[in-house]
Amino acid sequence: MIDLAVVDLSRLQFALTALYHFLFVPLTIGLSFMLVIMESIYVMTRRPIWRSITRFWGLLFGINFALGVATGITMEFQFGMNWSYFSHYVGDIFGAPLAIEGLMAFFLEATFVGLMFFGWDKLSRVGHLFVTFMVALGTNLSALWILIANGWMQNPVGATFNPDTMRMEVSDFMAVLFNPVAQAKFVHTVSAGYVIAAVFVLGISAFYLLKGRHRGFAKRSMTVAAAFGLAASLSVVVLGDESGYALTDNQKMKLAALEAMWRTEPAPAGLTAFGIPSLEDRETHYEVKIPYVLGLISTRSIDKPVEGILELVAIAQTRIESGVLAYDALERIKADPTDVGARGDFELNRRDLGYSLLLKRYVADPRDATPDQVVLAAWSTVPNVPVMFWSFRIMAGIGFLMIGLFATAFVLCTLRKHETRWFLWLAVLAIPLPWISTELGWILAEVGRQPWAVEGVLPTFLGASSLSVPQLWATIIGFTVLYGALAVVEVGLILKTIRKGPFAEIDLFGLDLAPATPDPTDGPDRPAPTPAPTVA
Amino acid sequence: MELPLDYASLRLIWWGLLGVLLIAFALTDGFDLGVGALLPFVAKTDEERRMVINTVGATWEGNQVWFILGGGAIFAAWPFVYAVSFSGFYLAMFLVLSALILRPVAFKYRSKRPDRRWRAFWDWALFVGGFVPALVFGVAVGNVLLGAPFRLDTDLRSFYEGSLLGLFTPFSLLCGLLSVAMLVLHGAAWLGLKAERGPVQARARVFGTIAGVASLALFVGGGLFVAFGDLGFRIVGLIDPSGMSNPLRTAVVAAPGAWLDNYTAAPWTIIAPVLGLLGTVVALAGLWRRSEPLAFGGSSLGTVGIISTVGLSMFPFILPSSIDPASSLTVWNASSTHLTLFIMLGVTIVFLPLILLYTAWVYRVLWGRSSSTALKTNPDLY
Repeated sequence: MIDLAVVDLSRLQFALTALYHFLFVPLTIGLSFMLVIMESIYVMTRRPIWRSITRFWGLLFGINFALGVATGITMEFQFGMNWSYFSHYVGDIFGAPLAIEGLMAFFLEATFVGLMFFGWDKLSRVGHLFVTFMVALGTNLSALWILIANGWMQNPVGATFNPDTMRMEVSDFMAVLFNPVAQAKFVHTVSAGYVIAAVFVLGISAFYLLKGRHRGFAKRSMTVAAAFGLAASLSVVVLGDESGYALTDNQKMKLAALEAMWRTEPAPAGLTAFGIPSLEDRETHYEVKIPYVLGLISTRSIDKPVEGILELVAIAQTRIESGVLAYDALERIKADPTDVGARGDFELNRRDLGYSLLLKRYVADPRDATPDQVVLAAWSTVPNVPVMFWSFRIMAGIGFLMIGLFATAFVLCTLRKHETRWFLWLAVLAIPLPWISTELGWILAEVGRQPWAVEGVLPTFLGASSLSVPQLWATIIGFTVLYGALAVVEVGLILKTIRKGPFAEIDLFGLDLAPATPDPTDGPDRPAPTPAPTVA
Repeated sequence: MELPLDYASLRLIWWGLLGVLLIAFALTDGFDLGVGALLPFVAKTDEERRMVINTVGATWEGNQVWFILGGGAIFAAWPFVYAVSFSGFYLAMFLVLSALILRPVAFKYRSKRPDRRWRAFWDWALFVGGFVPALVFGVAVGNVLLGAPFRLDTDLRSFYEGSLLGLFTPFSLLCGLLSVAMLVLHGAAWLGLKAERGPVQARARVFGTIAGVASLALFVGGGLFVAFGDLGFRIVGLIDPSGMSNPLRTAVVAAPGAWLDNYTAAPWTIIAPVLGLLGTVVALAGLWRRSEPLAFGGSSLGTVGIISTVGLSMFPFILPSSIDPASSLTVWNASSTHLTLFIMLGVTIVFLPLILLYTAWVYRVLWGRSSSTALKTNPDLY
């Protein structure tokens, strides 16, 4: 039998390392493109202030990038270390996007990022912009490939189980590539990264303006952040990743769970804006519903019902029963690979093999399961409803707040009222919000996928390695101490860099990084006599 | 769908590509690891250390991707190997990851504050980030040659029956030290090319010479172990190079001395160990005659030879099992499907040349020696 303590600790470790990694990566994804925008303005206008702007945000980008890379190394190997059976079972499909990510994305970003920092005096203006663009392209491509891998776990298309090798094998690579769940996730996730970067730049610029420091620098940065952030925050909400939720039983379950929708909602389904979901009663109390909205979001129609948890559990139960037949046939094939009858039986029920594996949590051989255990296993397909319900509401709520924030910023920048103090305060206070939102987004996607590692194919608890509890504690404590220390160092360095400001290196090195005729607002801390042009 | 390349050839190609990735990692990130391990010893003052760090500062990150890609490629092409080895060598992998995690932060953060203790701390972090992975990689290779204590059940789930300390046997420690010596030599040769002339170079030459001599001795010692020690495995019975990937369908026995079989079956393979020895000798000659390109060329060839020796001695084994030889993973029973290998080969053929092209361009732009005077004028340096 599987040691469930090992499974839980493995999940804990994966969640900790992934959530931590995901603190740095979205900022990298978004800030790299903002650097491209800022540097493009520098190349087009040739105004040295834009070079200072690019270099300063580049400095913060670098500090953040280092930790993104450091924690990413762990992710690449953790599947094999902690999820050995998962790696064997789906490696034929899941390994490919990870390898392609290395070939197409990691090399691009990592090779060019050195030149981005060290190449300012070795490259032409356009040459350096090209290098910055390659870094941005690399970081964004890496998001694409990891989300193709993750999307396949949510919606495992283009693969079938092979009884001879005891694993899933690819049958249609194009289907894996163009998986609609993966596409939706990619757009949603990189947009969230753009929002994080925009809030980061907006908030720090607002801080400088509140302090009356580096005003020319801060206003220009703020304008870029406002425009970029408005587009990104609209895209992250409008292109949310719910479009894939009608596709599979687990995706439907995820939707039902985050809505705490116990019974099927007849068409046109309404969206629950508020409620208190209760696991014991299998009811949601004090519901407030907005009519039509859920049906529109999830089925893109007003005439299709949205299935509830109770109905989806009933479906899971029938799939478990048919899965046991597939399991039985598979055992007969393992005993005698030439058994033609067993292979025929397997073909009939192969679609539900994964469902029979859910029973292994309760009984060593699914064929010996009692009817009660089948019911238990069917209910195990329901993810943690209150966690889903509240994570979704906080995530989406912050999403709408971000649209409001950037719309206001955009209007203020257009009116050249950059120094509206109440708004500057709001912008500073808003800095942590998008991080909370993206971390909750990860929780929603991954807790919502439970109990599956790969939807309908492999339950999470079967994917773990055959490790021991002390081994896991050793690495969990090790990673926590190491990551915790690095977080303190990183935040300290970012704050120090912000305090020193964008012109520190000019003072320190006595360099004239601004040789051309200076703009009146360009110099370090020189007060701007006139309102800064929107984009100069 | 009929694919233009048959399954057996694709497996052979991907075995070769695995070797190419490991060698590329050792050749590029290898000197970064070597420079890290040498840092506290060849550079004494803060200026010297910054100068040394900047010999690899701009390019180590791209070099490290060979390691990450190695992980991804093993996952995609050899999923059994990925699943069994990384979960088996669990705590050793954790050691490597922790050490490697220190590197990006150490490079980036070290010179951001003037405090002496802060800088000394990150200098030693760079040493750990260089020395520990070099050692553990070698120890791991030693254990692969010895066979790892794992067995597969009928679901093909892997069970590992060893411990972290069990990895450190005399033979595997010898391999670990060989790996350190090989990479330190390579790092010293790199400093010859990239560091400014002066006391750092002189010290690097001394350490490089010691490492080169140690590398020769350990490589020969390893060869004696393989010839006369209790290690080696052999496939008995039929091999189906195009069969389905199920390790349990191959009959394997432990056969001491079997790691020399290939040198009699295919005598041309002797090139690999000869190259390992010859390259290292050339590197030593280069250090002695103060010809930096000769030293670096020699240490590169030696690295290619030493790593190829391991692969060719074991072929077709990739990861034999010491406690249950029938669970052993070979080129013919542990790969992905025909289709996945084919698709991944296509992707590699497109992207590998591109990677080599732009990496070469970046190295060309950054061509030239690192210098300590530049530290005073260039705010971009670490």
